[in-house]
Amino acid sequence: MEKLIALLIAAPLLGAAVLLVGGRRLDRVGHWIGTLLSTASFVIGLVLFAGLLGRNAEHRTLIQHLWTWVPVESFQADVTFRLDQLSMTFVLLITGVGSLIHLYSVGYMAHDERRRRFFGYLNLFLAAMLLLVLADNYLLLYVGWEGVGLASYLLIGFWQHKPSAATAAKKAFLVNRVGDVGLSIAIMLLFTTFGTFAFGPVLDHAGSASEGKLTAIALMLLLAACGKSAQVPLQSWLGDAMEGPTPVSALIHAATMVTAGVYLIVRSAAVFNAAPDAQLVVTVVGAVTLLFGAIVGCAKDDIKKALAGSTMSQIGYMVLAAGLGPVGYVFAIMHLVTHGFFKAGLFLGAGSVMHGMNDEVDMRKYGGLRTYMPVTFVTFGLGYLAIIGFPGLSGFFSKDKIIEAAFAKGGTEGWILGGAALLGAAITAFYMTRVMLMTFFGEERWRSRPTRSPEAPSAEPAAEHQGEHAEPHPHESPKVMTIPMIVLAVGSVFGGAFFSVGDRFLHWLEPVTGHSEGDSPLSAATVTGATMVCLVAGVAIAWAQYGRKPVPAVAPRGSLLTRAARRDLYQDDLNHVVLVRGGEHLTRSLVYVDHTLVDGVVNGTAAGFGGLSGRLRRLQNGFARSYAVSMFGGAALLVAATLLMRAV
Amino acid sequence: MNPVNYLYLAALLFTIGATGVLIRRNAIVVFMCVELMLNACNLAFVVFSRMHGNLDGQIIAFFTMVVAAAEVVVGLAIIVSLFRTRHSASVDDASLMKL
Repeated sequence: MEKLIALLIAAPLLGAAVLLVGGRRLDRVGHWIGTLLSTASFVIGLVLFAGLLGRNAEHRTLIQHLWTWVPVESFQADVTFRLDQLSMTFVLLITGVGSLIHLYSVGYMAHDERRRRFFGYLNLFLAAMLLLVLADNYLLLYVGWEGVGLASYLLIGFWQHKPSAATAAKKAFLVNRVGDVGLSIAIMLLFTTFGTFAFGPVLDHAGSASEGKLTAIALMLLLAACGKSAQVPLQSWLGDAMEGPTPVSALIHAATMVTAGVYLIVRSAAVFNAAPDAQLVVTVVGAVTLLFGAIVGCAKDDIKKALAGSTMSQIGYMVLAAGLGPVGYVFAIMHLVTHGFFKAGLFLGAGSVMHGMNDEVDMRKYGGLRTYMPVTFVTFGLGYLAIIGFPGLSGFFSKDKIIEAAFAKGGTEGWILGGAALLGAAITAFYMTRVMLMTFFGEERWRSRPTRSPEAPSAEPAAEHQGEHAEPHPHESPKVMTIPMIVLAVGSVFGGAFFSVGDRFLHWLEPVTGHSEGDSPLSAATVTGATMVCLVAGVAIAWAQYGRKPVPAVAPRGSLLTRAARRDLYQDDLNHVVLVRGGEHLTRSLVYVDHTLVDGVVNGTAAGFGGLSGRLRRLQNGFARSYAVSMFGGAALLVAATLLMRAV
Repeated sequence: MNPVNYLYLAALLFTIGATGVLIRRNAIVVFMCVELMLNACNLAFVVFSRMHGNLDGQIIAFFTMVVAAAEVVVGLAIIVSLFRTRHSASVDDASLMKL
């Protein structure tokens, strides 16, 4: 059965190679090749999953050794895959949700000339992500990690003719590099500490290293996770990444990319468990991000950017849970899976809305779409109920557990983290209700659009073809797009309950991540009750603001906080002032030092020798007899010196 | 006769040659003084050869003669062409090789 693991990666990789090398003659079938190979990978995943289920919990780790990559003395880098419960979960999520997104893209990208290339990149993305989660050592994981970065760059900048998309791709790539530096340093530290970077030996002996070293490793791993998972302070790329086609956003936010950071932390659980200080930092990063993303999500009028803020916030929940240690690992992954369902569904729904609205993304130009797009409305609505944690749906089970676990941290920290998580739940309910109301309810603001205000975001390219004031004709998307949305909606409704009944998910993942019941100061019922109160409060406030009153078609000025949140809480400005300006000043001062000090030394030396030789050349006066004198003088000197040395 | 006296003679000849090179301007005279110095050296070599009882010095003397002969050929040619172009054999007049 081990032999099948490599095929998981090989299928999408083959697809990427065929589609990207194959050229235009594959244009007509390319998208189906991509979808087929991604589905094939999913089927292989299912076969392996069935195989794992047939074994005892202790024997569910499969290792496939392919070849030794870099055999240098003690530096042994193997191409070895590890399939255990954790990577199995990810494989099914990546290939399952990934295949649905492939299918959806067939319809969504139908009018794009470069659709074949798009599917090649999608397959590359899946292959890289699968390599990341299946690698058995940190170096191979790093290969997948970089592959994910490359694929995301290619996909975010897929519409490269738009300068904004090209810039967004560059930004994502650069911010990710910062995180990657963290991962490479962590791998070097792991190698110097443990003499190897294979998961088995490192994680088994993690406790034997000194705590200081482990904290350093853990913090570097956290930096890497922050970059990939868009956590504060490296979150700035996520909002701009919305420049890519919508299926890419769904893929990045649900199945691949941003989940990599959570995977890394949970996979390195043994390291984090032995470094409590680092764990505290992880929880703080998670809590800050979950509030940060939620606040940003509240202010955005761009439907995709609002969802991006939501992703940031939900990943914040996962990172928070992962930072709590064995109490939270399982729930972090469980929330990751359920989030994969509903966030993919929400993004595909948003894409479907944009599809019917001439690629308009401004929610202030939507409204009342529920009757025009019934399937999108229902699937999006179910995803909405799942993400806010409506009782019985996916988000309810997974998020509730995380909030409980946060309180179980104990002490003041527990209260702060739990409080932040609760507050996050309320804000989540607010901004998701806002998205829902602005898009599907209220008056039809897209009819007889008012003249554009100058600061309104420019429309997508499709609007240009149809004239600036063409009224959109909202319509339901084709079946190839709605079917994936329906499947994902079913997942978001029943996923959480399926995982939670009888603690199925807990028992499945426990052998890998370990689990301990926390000691919560609040009973589970109290936490659930509090979450429900927050949820109702969030929905009520959103309804009072966007349901009862008509939504203005032009964004009002808003309060100070709203304006800050619209600008991503000044994160880009901060980056600009600190990094861009700082970098400019640094280079300028370095140039100054180069010009004055380095050039000064070089030019000074040259000028000194020039002046000296100017004086020396006076000796060469052309008179043969003066040359003869110097020759005699020199010879006399030599003779005198020889005699002197003899005498001494 | 004491061989050291020949060395005194060689030193005397060398000094005369050197002085001539330094103070005379006529290229032909300077040239002859150079020859004088060479031959002073030759004399010294031969004397040393005799004193040490081997032939090394004499062989060197032959080499010097050969080199001197070649030098005469080249040097006289230069002096003649110099005289033709400048109508003077003064070494101080030929001071073009300077910066």
